[in-house]
Amino acid sequence: MSRARTVALAALTVTLIGPAAAVLADEREAPSPPQVPWSFSGPFGKYDRGELQRGFKIYKEVCANCHSLELLAIRTLAEPGGPGFSMAQVTALASEYRIKDVNDTGEPIERAGRPADHFPSPFPNEPAARAANGGVAPPDMSTLAKARGYSRDFPWFVFDMFTQYQEQGPDYIAALLTGYADAPKGFNVPAGRYYNAYLPGRVIAMAPPLHAGQIIYDDDAPQTVGQYSKDVAAFLMWAAEPHLVARKRIGFQVMTFLIVFTGLLYLTKRRAWSAVLDPRGLKSSRGVLRGDRPIPRYRSSSPSIRSTANTP
Amino acid sequence: MLQTVTKPTADGYQPRHPALRWLEKRLPIGRFIHAEFVVYPTPRNLNYWWTFGAILSLMLGIQIVTGIILAMHYTPHTDLAFKSIEGIMRDVNYGWLLRYLHSNGASMFFIAVYVHMFRSLYYGSYKEPRELVWILGVIVYLLMVVTGFLGYVLVWGQMSFWAATVITNLFSAIPIVGDAIVTWLWGGYAVGNPTLNRFFSLHYLLPFMIVGVSVLHVWALHVVGQNNPAGIELQEGKDTVPFTPYATLKDIFGTACFLILYAWFVFYIPNYLGHPDNYIPANPSVTPAEIVPEWYYLPFYAILRSIPNKLLGVIALFGSIAVLAFLPWLDTSRVKSARYRPLFAKFFWLFVVACIGLGWLGTKPPDGIYLIWSRVLTFYYLAFFLLVLPVLGLFETTRPLPKSISEPVLASDPKWL
Repeated sequence: MSRARTVALAALTVTLIGPAAAVLADEREAPSPPQVPWSFSGPFGKYDRGELQRGFKIYKEVCANCHSLELLAIRTLAEPGGPGFSMAQVTALASEYRIKDVNDTGEPIERAGRPADHFPSPFPNEPAARAANGGVAPPDMSTLAKARGYSRDFPWFVFDMFTQYQEQGPDYIAALLTGYADAPKGFNVPAGRYYNAYLPGRVIAMAPPLHAGQIIYDDDAPQTVGQYSKDVAAFLMWAAEPHLVARKRIGFQVMTFLIVFTGLLYLTKRRAWSAVLDPRGLKSSRGVLRGDRPIPRYRSSSPSIRSTANTP
Repeated sequence: MLQTVTKPTADGYQPRHPALRWLEKRLPIGRFIHAEFVVYPTPRNLNYWWTFGAILSLMLGIQIVTGIILAMHYTPHTDLAFKSIEGIMRDVNYGWLLRYLHSNGASMFFIAVYVHMFRSLYYGSYKEPRELVWILGVIVYLLMVVTGFLGYVLVWGQMSFWAATVITNLFSAIPIVGDAIVTWLWGGYAVGNPTLNRFFSLHYLLPFMIVGVSVLHVWALHVVGQNNPAGIELQEGKDTVPFTPYATLKDIFGTACFLILYAWFVFYIPNYLGHPDNYIPANPSVTPAEIVPEWYYLPFYAILRSIPNKLLGVIALFGSIAVLAFLPWLDTSRVKSARYRPLFAKFFWLFVVACIGLGWLGTKPPDGIYLIWSRVLTFYYLAFFLLVLPVLGLFETTRPLPKSISEPVLASDPKWL
């Protein structure tokens, strides 16, 4: 390529790509959440029982005042791969909840919860939730960790395919809960709203929900906003993907099987084809498998159109 | 008449087992399988790009089987659809596996079909005498596009709902009757419960139509025989190997490799190809910040948005798929394989890059530099079919073709077989 052409091409590239880079820089103004080294990331990831139990405590004492978790049955807290509460603990816990029901004569009643019940919602319906929270209904938390995330632009999304980075949701939630700050000068935050660097648009309706020392942990985990945020984000990931541990465990078995099986298939295929591969002709040097049989002649008289030659 | 079948058929099929003999007298299915999938001659130089037919058959089977089981647990109602899918994910035994196999299976199906189509394009497999094989394939692809879209809507998340709204609204661009057609498609005056119900019904129906057209596709293929990397027709017996065990084993091995990729997505990154917003239940009163289709529609979405006029955009969108049906006659070159068409090969790879580029642009807002690039690549996409292929065949200098496919095969290093 001549020098002039190279220069022209480079100039063209800069003209066309330059503005795109500027657009990307604008998008990046909202910082990407820091990547937390989650126990459940990667091919052998498992939930940390202690972390999920602490996260559940935060959900129960703080989040549940405004957020529903309606898709989860209370019994799932005892399911394998999750927070690992015993069935007795879950039964006791369920009985603390008041569940709306009807009695034998059809009168509306409130009864003690059972493990099979779903977590009761803090508000009877969406308009009530909206009215009680400054015009914005707090979202249901059942799938929240999979319904949130942040954009991974080129080339990062390509690398994610190989590194199995799938934790945009919990990373975003953990960052958001620690992302409250005073608005920078000139940034106008409406009354009843808060500044949060990680939210697109940066104005959030939820007041800062967590404060240091607010929740008393039973273990010796630090009682800081950072720790609380991580724990509740991990709990929400479990709530959104309760079978993640089983999925990754079975995945390893499936991958191992498939790789061995594929290797064996390759050897089988190579052996069968060795007869055809013999460069001197069509005879097999090994004399095994069906590949050593003389290869039937092409049955058609016409080179391109094959006749259906199966009339007896 | 019945006695004749005790004699071997012309290609040597003679059932030995009494049960098979019994069957053969009444329904000669064994003879058919023997003729089409055992002794059927396949070109000996097929490479691994030719295993995608088998991969696609398997994916269609997996989608139908997982889909039928998922339908046993799914409720096509606007209030319950999202919840029933979460019920599958949480409470149905291995429901998460079925659901991720099905959702990622759709993506794998499209990966395989795009490889299959690009292979066909590169080696000129659509040319005489395989025009009908190609056209039936385009029909299968069209059915796949519709089926995939309908299935995505069934999740009834935010992206499902808004994708349904945007795509059905495309028909409103049709002059005079457009709005009436949209109302008819919706079964009401907005995307609602009737829409979800009919989408579920059609999502169950269309895969069986895909099976039907695929059978015709393979039938037509077996009449004319497969193309091959050299792109020249078979000339002598030693050009071919019998389907079994050669093509069979190669197909099974290729399929197993593909399954590793599939399993990687299902078990480790099952939501990689999805949009987070589709884990938010559909809400007609909240429009998402961005509405993007599934990845396999992104190039067409970019084409749609690159044209400022709605009607022309819709015409370009449908035209970009419809043009495929005319490909056998748009390509004027008599040489099939890009191996012997160096100039075509360059345009081909540029076309692949344009398709990937359009896919990336489909995720970007249609303004500024993105819009300019969308227009450039849309122009190239259409020009490749309407301008490059017709003209190139008349002027390009092709490399000399080998006399038969045995010639390059036997002379060259055989390891690529």
